[in-house]
Amino acid sequence: MALENADIDKIAILARLQVTPSETSDYANSISSILSLIDQMQQVSTEGVEPLSNPHDASQRLRKDEVTCDNQREAFIALAPAAQDGLYLVPKVLD
Amino acid sequence: MSWEIVIGLEIHVQLATQSKLFSGARVGFGAQANTQTTLVDLGMPGALPVFNEAALRMAVAFGTAIDAEVCKHSVFARKNYFYPDSPKGYQTSQMDHPIVGLGHLDIQLEDGTTKRIGVTRAHLEEDAGKSLHEDYDGMTGIDLNRSSTPLLEIVSEPDLRTAKEAVAYMRKMHAIVTTIGISDGNMAEGSMRCDANVSIRQKGQQKLGTRAELKNINSFKFIERAINIEVQRQIDILEDGGLIHQETRLYDADKNETRPMRSKEEANDYRYFPCPDLLPIEIDEAYIDAIRQSLPELPDQRSARFVSQLNLSPYDAGVLSASRGLADYFESVVAVCNDPKLSANWVTGELAKYMNQNNLEIDAIPLSALQLGQLISRIQDDTISGKGAKTVFDELWNNAGEVDAIIDAKGLKQVSDQGAIEALVDDVIAQSSKQVQQYIDAEADKRGKMLGFFMGQVMQASKGSANPGQVNALLKQKLDALC
Amino acid sequence: MTYKTLVKISKDLAAGDYSSRELTQDVIADIKARDSIYNSFISVSEDLALRQADAADARISAGTADILTGVPFAHKDLFCTQDHTTTAASKMLEHFVPPYESTVGQRLLSAGAVCVGKTNMDEFAMGSSNESSYFGVVKNPWDLMAVPGGSSGGSAAAVAAGLVPAATGTDTGGSIRQPASFCNLTGIKPTYGRVSRFGIIAYASSLDQAGPMCQTAEDAALMLNAMAGFDEQDSTSVQLDTPDFTADLNLPLQGLKVGLPKEFFGPGLNPQVAECVMTAVKQIESLGAQIIDISLPNLELSIPAYYVIAPSEASSNLSRFDGVRYGFRCDQPQDLMDLYCRTRAEGFGTEVKRRIMVGTYALSEGYYDAYYVKAQRIRRLIKNDFARALAQVDVIMGPVAPTPAFDLGSNTKDPVAMYLEDIYTLSANMAGIPAMSAPAGFVGGRPVGLHIMGNYFNEAKLLNIAHQYQQITDWHLQTPATNPAKGA
Repeated sequence: MALENADIDKIAILARLQVTPSETSDYANSISSILSLIDQMQQVSTEGVEPLSNPHDASQRLRKDEVTCDNQREAFIALAPAAQDGLYLVPKVLD
Repeated sequence: MSWEIVIGLEIHVQLATQSKLFSGARVGFGAQANTQTTLVDLGMPGALPVFNEAALRMAVAFGTAIDAEVCKHSVFARKNYFYPDSPKGYQTSQMDHPIVGLGHLDIQLEDGTTKRIGVTRAHLEEDAGKSLHEDYDGMTGIDLNRSSTPLLEIVSEPDLRTAKEAVAYMRKMHAIVTTIGISDGNMAEGSMRCDANVSIRQKGQQKLGTRAELKNINSFKFIERAINIEVQRQIDILEDGGLIHQETRLYDADKNETRPMRSKEEANDYRYFPCPDLLPIEIDEAYIDAIRQSLPELPDQRSARFVSQLNLSPYDAGVLSASRGLADYFESVVAVCNDPKLSANWVTGELAKYMNQNNLEIDAIPLSALQLGQLISRIQDDTISGKGAKTVFDELWNNAGEVDAIIDAKGLKQVSDQGAIEALVDDVIAQSSKQVQQYIDAEADKRGKMLGFFMGQVMQASKGSANPGQVNALLKQKLDALC
Repeated sequence: MTYKTLVKISKDLAAGDYSSRELTQDVIADIKARDSIYNSFISVSEDLALRQADAADARISAGTADILTGVPFAHKDLFCTQDHTTTAASKMLEHFVPPYESTVGQRLLSAGAVCVGKTNMDEFAMGSSNESSYFGVVKNPWDLMAVPGGSSGGSAAAVAAGLVPAATGTDTGGSIRQPASFCNLTGIKPTYGRVSRFGIIAYASSLDQAGPMCQTAEDAALMLNAMAGFDEQDSTSVQLDTPDFTADLNLPLQGLKVGLPKEFFGPGLNPQVAECVMTAVKQIESLGAQIIDISLPNLELSIPAYYVIAPSEASSNLSRFDGVRYGFRCDQPQDLMDLYCRTRAEGFGTEVKRRIMVGTYALSEGYYDAYYVKAQRIRRLIKNDFARALAQVDVIMGPVAPTPAFDLGSNTKDPVAMYLEDIYTLSANMAGIPAMSAPAGFVGGRPVGLHIMGNYFNEAKLLNIAHQYQQITDWHLQTPATNPAKGA
């Protein structure tokens, strides 16, 4: 399956990646060749085969409903590129 | 043109767990920003989620309470989207395999009939953080305390036809989740909120109209207003020959209008897929049954008991059981005064009127069930009249105090002393010779009506304290003796 | 300490031949002096290491030392280390100092091991040659023209160069085994769920598994003893007792059934590599093993299926790097969209972005079933292939990679050519079975590994075989300095 530049632009927006016009066709080419590799999957029939998402087909373990951690705001917020009054700052968000 | 309104609700219920859905951080409203977060809720590199057992139990309890299919196999999926209040860049939710499948809920309409509303599904998911729009150097502040708080999203079928039905449905859901104790139901704090999918179509038409999704409505009053205002907007557009766009809109309570949400304008593709950090939830029949067995009395069961045990009308019973708080309050009042009928009248009458006027829910009223019970007892034992009781009620509501003290202070105690009342009655008859003559001259079946004048005079003379029943009986007896 | 094994260092420390502090100082000095050749470290954690060494020395004198107490090692820079930068070899996390320690890191610290630094790797563990690191390529100590393999290329090069006796790695599609093979090391990818993933920056959650990279099978067993164990902070961690992985090392291989899948010896395999592997298999046969031809019919499909599943999970796992709570943020974002798009465009390298886009596409509306769900169905076919094979044989053997380490720069232009290098390793991750690489010879002076795969939770059997093989061979004792063909 060959991707056009427009497909790359669409994917890049979904993935929140700025792609320059010169990069776009590089990505279109390389991702297209990856997709043709991937398309080999279609050669085999998987009818009636259950999808496998965990190697052990295991089920979820449950955690007791307990508060197990204290406030570590200062340690966490110190990692933020922009913060004020204990809040993470981002460019204006519109509702 | 005649329009039919079609409404479906997505109700988000914050589950009353101690800790978050996937971490050991405390859950709670009103804490200082970002003080209730862990590595997991902040989406730190390498942090992993572990599922809270209580959230599962609560979701299953809800499923059994609405007689829904509880799914033995359910799966967490990631809903991928970028937003600053979504720290991982995805919300962990459930898509193809929700914990609760098809169920239903019966709501009571104003005409006293019952309508069954389908519940499509209910699924577990994590709440988002909050964006604070005050200005921080031209930036928005992000508080992630709410991030990963457990939510149950309850999706209805598009079975609701009026804003009032939507409110009744939401109230019933509120009654159920608070009765089974899976949420505090505090709408002002966002513990329960809803999105409404609203569309209109011409009456008789099968196909659904294009819908608008109204986001994040957080009070019963706003549900009604938001839906009505949105319906009117859609009617105006269609009647002007326009088209409805499928979009997400925000209800602005201050302006009482809905407007498109700018952040949702861009088309999204959530790329759901099973969360590889969490495994499928597998539960068995025994687990579900044990939870079903431990359910408390549900609103419908309570309503039925109010009818059978307390002899209330089905309507009163329905109104009183529609909220756990109201039903509890009512039963506490009955426990004090032992008069279900009178208690029901007061709770659905005077109390409901005051709650409405003051826009208060039952848990916020200034009057305790004990006080109202005592007040009703004073009506029963003839200490005060119904009218006097309303004065006391008003005083209790506005200025607090103790029932008997207010009765004394306001001089509302009824005079039931036969001799004293007789003296008053005799005085009034003596001073109203003209009216007495008219009474005598009147035909027998008209006399009842004329009694009102004498009643008024006696009650005025007693400053309202005479027992009206006794006054009425004495007046009738004495006047009839003159005829 | 160069090329001393963990076992030897542990004995020396216990005997008081040198202290952990002395050893740690030597190791760090050696890294500073020699690593400019290999670029195998991203950072050295001198202060932390010396503190850990002092604590280890105290334990040794108090007589409360474990076998790894005071022994230096390096972490792949994908393991979060509290108070020390953890970069995932990305500009995105260039200055990120985690507020916590990974579970594996914590377990090694509790054992008293001393972490001297963080090793280079492919950015976010995406690569098979260690050429996608923001911190530059790593050179193979056996041949400076060759790649060390990836993504745990820095860990492999550091151990192969004798800078540290052991290092941690992670393996999502071969990232421990292939660099171990390329650098003449013993590396094991345990059963999925055996080692906690908590605190390891995720690439593809359902495939990632951490393991040790060492000089010998015995050392690998010791490291795995410390690293493995149930962790309630990882939902995919398996709740099973951890055996002592050294306990079975000396069991004889009499009667062992070894399966050779014909698909591992197809036309894509370099004949000299095949020869090395077959020689090793014959030697193991001479120890009493029985060699059986088997088939893993869906092996080739592991490449397309892996390159759907891994990028899909990665596209979601890497969404958290958005410039808001930690890590890189672009200058002067104009608005929210700009913040996201530029932060991620500037913070991630080309291969990471490419895989994010492939994954985003594979999960997007209209393609999800044809790509993601299809790949998961194939994943089950692969698991079933192994189940069928492992009902017949105890272990499966073959090459780790089709060729020895390839030249630096030779595959960087063509991602598909690079992906095809993973043909023999991906399937073990897809099925979640344990697999390892052990040194088995050289081709043109570049090492070749023997690939050993086994049944779930049967790491001890793999280590036993490798250890027995290392009793009759000396490939694992070779160092680049003794390499007759090409030395560093």
